Amino acid sequence: MLAHYPYYVAAWVFLCGMYGIVRSRHLVHMVISLTILQTSTYVLLLAIGFRKGGYAPIFADISPGVVTVDPIVQALMLTDVVVEATVIALLLAMVVKAHEKGGTTKPEDLRYMRG
Amino acid sequence: MNRRFRLLLFFASALGVGAIYCAGAGNMPPWGVYRGPYGDVIVGLAVFERHATDTVNAITYDYRGFDTLGEEFILFSAVTGVMLLLRPQKGGKKEKEESQENPASFRDSAALSEAVQVFTTALFGFSVLFGIYIATHGQLTPGGGFQGGVIIAAAPMLLYIAENTEAFTRIVSHPIVEFFEGFGAALYAIVGFVALLIGAPFLTNVIPLGKTGDVFSSGTIAVISTCVGVEVTAAFILVTYEYLREILEREKKEEG
Amino acid sequence: MMILGIGLLALIAVSAFAIVRTDDVTNQVIALSFYGLLFALMFFVFQSPDVALSQVTVGAIALPLMVMLAITRMKHREELKRHKEEKGK
Repeated sequence: MLAHYPYYVAAWVFLCGMYGIVRSRHLVHMVISLTILQTSTYVLLLAIGFRKGGYAPIFADISPGVVTVDPIVQALMLTDVVVEATVIALLLAMVVKAHEKGGTTKPEDLRYMRG
Repeated sequence: MNRRFRLLLFFASALGVGAIYCAGAGNMPPWGVYRGPYGDVIVGLAVFERHATDTVNAITYDYRGFDTLGEEFILFSAVTGVMLLLRPQKGGKKEKEESQENPASFRDSAALSEAVQVFTTALFGFSVLFGIYIATHGQLTPGGGFQGGVIIAAAPMLLYIAENTEAFTRIVSHPIVEFFEGFGAALYAIVGFVALLIGAPFLTNVIPLGKTGDVFSSGTIAVISTCVGVEVTAAFILVTYEYLREILEREKKEEG
Repeated sequence: MMILGIGLLALIAVSAFAIVRTDDVTNQVIALSFYGLLFALMFFVFQSPDVALSQVTVGAIALPLMVMLAITRMKHREELKRHKEEKGK
């Protein structure tokens, strides 16, 4: 069980995020649960690329023959972290507009289109 | 479909998905054993081929630079979406009436002590300098355009916290911020086209690579890192300003 | 180093559950900032300094800042509406 421990943690965080979305009563709570859903992929990617006893793949002060962890997976995560914040900003702009026009922040009251 | 039924359905499906996932995850290689060949191949090649000591940034801006171009344009379109949604509408008379009155509860926050204001204002220059250092040294040390851009963009918030609202508004609502956002994104694509002019594929590293460990090394990686830094700074400053625009205009009307 | 990684992953699992069970939105923003900092520490322990720097600036500072700005703007508008209703009465 300890050999596959990070994969189980990634699944748990994913299901926690979905539970938050299903159960939420406020639109901003739903957006934050979506953020948690997105962070479960970072746990999974990190677990795939890790190597026991490996160094960081930066050769500024170590010589280029040393065993390191996987740099490709880190390159995937790096841009993802910043782009995620901007997409959440777009979602929050939509929430602010929905509150302005509909007057409420509950997801159940915003079911029908108006006007 | 009422709430209780929705929750029950979710628990049943979560149990099913969890069971299938755990059965599948048991077949992956154990944690800590890395078997894939590409990581080791790139780590062996990157320092000698591109003269860049930071392998992750060499992958992000050179080996897989095309993906980063796509991500930068995702950022650009998300910021455009925020600006379209939150711009002040021409409500006409109703908006003007609403903005004349001012509930007393907006004005009763406790004033900060002067020591905090002075110290926070002094940190502004240091934050900008640190952000520029991180954005331009992407090919040598951990950092790069994305990280440095966010650090520079968080610096004006220090001015807002120190209650220097006039300086904050002057920096953040300047029209050159919008110009820099488009300029950063366009410059990335232009650097890719320069390679096409010479006859090499799009986004090849055509600028002469310098000495490893120097600041002016590794060709287009340094240039692209700076462009991305400019664009991310402008993007985050614009988003912050759009969210705060109403509150800032009301405070300006109050004082002036 | 593996013990630290195992402990951090357990703390992340507990924090994720705590965030979705918090009901007040302002409390959730502070919890999200703590969660982002935990993630940055985990990236650092797992030998990825680039991603750790990215996560500290974005996930622990810029993201809770934007959520807080959105909440403030909504509260601002609600107070204005309530003030107008009271004046209209």
